[in-house]
Amino acid sequence: MKHCRLSFRTLGRHGFLAITTAFVIVPFIWMVSLSLKPPEEIFQASFSLLPQSWHATQNYIRAMTASPLPRFMLNGVFICAVIVVFQILICAPIAYALAKLRFPGRHVFFNLVLVSLLIPSQVLALPLFILAYQLGLLNTYAALVFPFVVSPLGIFLFRQFFNTISDDIVHAARLDGMSEFTIVWRIMLPMAVPALIAFSIFSVVGHWNDLFWPLIAVRSQELMPPPLGLMAFKNEDTGIDYGPLMAGSTIVVAPLVLVFLLAQRWFIEGLTSGGIK
Amino acid sequence: MTSIEMGQPPVQEDQPSLLHRSTDAVLRRLRLAESLTAYALAGPGVVLLLTLYILPVAGVLFIAFTDWQFGAKTLSFVGLRNFAELFADSEFRKVLANTAVYTLIVVPGTIVLSLAVALVIESGQTMRAFYRAVHFLPYMATLAAMAITWEALLHPTVGLLNQLMTAAGLPTANWLRDERTVLPILAVIGIWQNLGFAMVLILAGLAAIPRDLYDAADVDGIDVWFERLRLITLPMLGPVLMFVVIVVTLHALKVFDTVQVLTQGGPNHASDVLLYTLYRESFQYLRTGYGAAVTVVFLVIVMALTLIQARIMDRKVHYQ
Repeated sequence: MKHCRLSFRTLGRHGFLAITTAFVIVPFIWMVSLSLKPPEEIFQASFSLLPQSWHATQNYIRAMTASPLPRFMLNGVFICAVIVVFQILICAPIAYALAKLRFPGRHVFFNLVLVSLLIPSQVLALPLFILAYQLGLLNTYAALVFPFVVSPLGIFLFRQFFNTISDDIVHAARLDGMSEFTIVWRIMLPMAVPALIAFSIFSVVGHWNDLFWPLIAVRSQELMPPPLGLMAFKNEDTGIDYGPLMAGSTIVVAPLVLVFLLAQRWFIEGLTSGGIK
Repeated sequence: MTSIEMGQPPVQEDQPSLLHRSTDAVLRRLRLAESLTAYALAGPGVVLLLTLYILPVAGVLFIAFTDWQFGAKTLSFVGLRNFAELFADSEFRKVLANTAVYTLIVVPGTIVLSLAVALVIESGQTMRAFYRAVHFLPYMATLAAMAITWEALLHPTVGLLNQLMTAAGLPTANWLRDERTVLPILAVIGIWQNLGFAMVLILAGLAAIPRDLYDAADVDGIDVWFERLRLITLPMLGPVLMFVVIVVTLHALKVFDTVQVLTQGGPNHASDVLLYTLYRESFQYLRTGYGAAVTVVFLVIVMALTLIQARIMDRKVHYQ
């Protein structure tokens, strides 16, 4: 009797989760499915997951050549890498100072970080657009990067992590004659690798996926990151030949999904660390 | 505050009193050195926070009270005129209403669905990691790219949704071009995207509920699933749920990518939302003063919610 009830429960559990899983995953499956099909099958009223005649090569080649998609991808990698390197270079030292040093103005500095943490980036778009215009940065790589070189969230997370590192380690390093700068890079940051990875994932995913700021900052196709490039491709691609468009979308989404499947725990930790925001 | 707490090389307390004066001098010099180092380390970050966060906000507040147009050489103060224009504008009132409707669908939808998914995942032992990972996928996938996929799914003739509706004998629609359906459909995409994020936070909250409580409930004879949920799980999850509600609300208020890719605010402003208006007025029409006023309204709403969130976080910390 009890066994019957248990297996009924298990069945109900998997049944419910199968439905929500379908809701979540159908867009991904549909995207890949359409990217394999020739136009005439996409227009067919009936649907099947796999194409009758495979059109994958044509669609993916078209996506890679009809628009500068490889260029968009390289732009994305370049922009994300530059942003995250700047963020770490700038956030780690200030986080160390806030966590381990005592100096006048420390509370003012920390409150500055907290206030900045409250400000949504979209609010900054208009003034930063004007600033970029004044400096002649619009439509350059610099325009895509400069608003993000400092991250209040990065400072906050690093400071939190540095706080958990014992002061004794810092004292020992000082007695060894290390300078404070060396301590930040050689002692603190290597110990803060978990925070570093979580923050880097948060930053890279956010900027790889960002559409809002690139839309404002650049016009030339050569500078576009993947989401903006994909939109440009969609706009010039007349009609509803979804095949190449879906191939392009798959190429843009795939890197993050693949890395996510390899490093789920880090991803989930990194992306929810923004939850404090 | 003692020198040891300050992170200085330790100064022995049993040093001879003769040395006190020179120790003081050394201490003062060390403290000065520590401060200078701190300013050198924090300097770049502080300067950049001021330039890229604080001054821009001040700038946007300033512009919102002027008639400045992008590129103009002069400006004059107009007081609250931009805001008066904004709230007198029936289109902007519609924008606020649309944003509210979108948020009021996304937030309860996301919370109820993610809570259900989290509870059901937790109720068994098998395939937990799989379900967790799958439900989290949409949150990290490039939304602009996935929006194009949603467009294909919702396509009036070749889209999967209308094919399924036809097969089930239900009426079809041109989901994204119909004023009645466009906002709810965008909200469904919003739920789809936020579900996994909320689920992960709720799962963490569930894991933090002490097992003893359930054991105690067993002893008390509370073994009905619903009663355990009502008497233990939901009350214990309260702070986490409040937190998730606010974070998802903030996400919903910031909806932009799907609107930009799928509807551009249409048809007939039926899906015009706050951030899309901000973008269009500030950067397409270059109506800078008006755009700045929209930005200020957005900032006030987001700040208010964030401060409530900070309150809740504070209280949670104090209770621990």
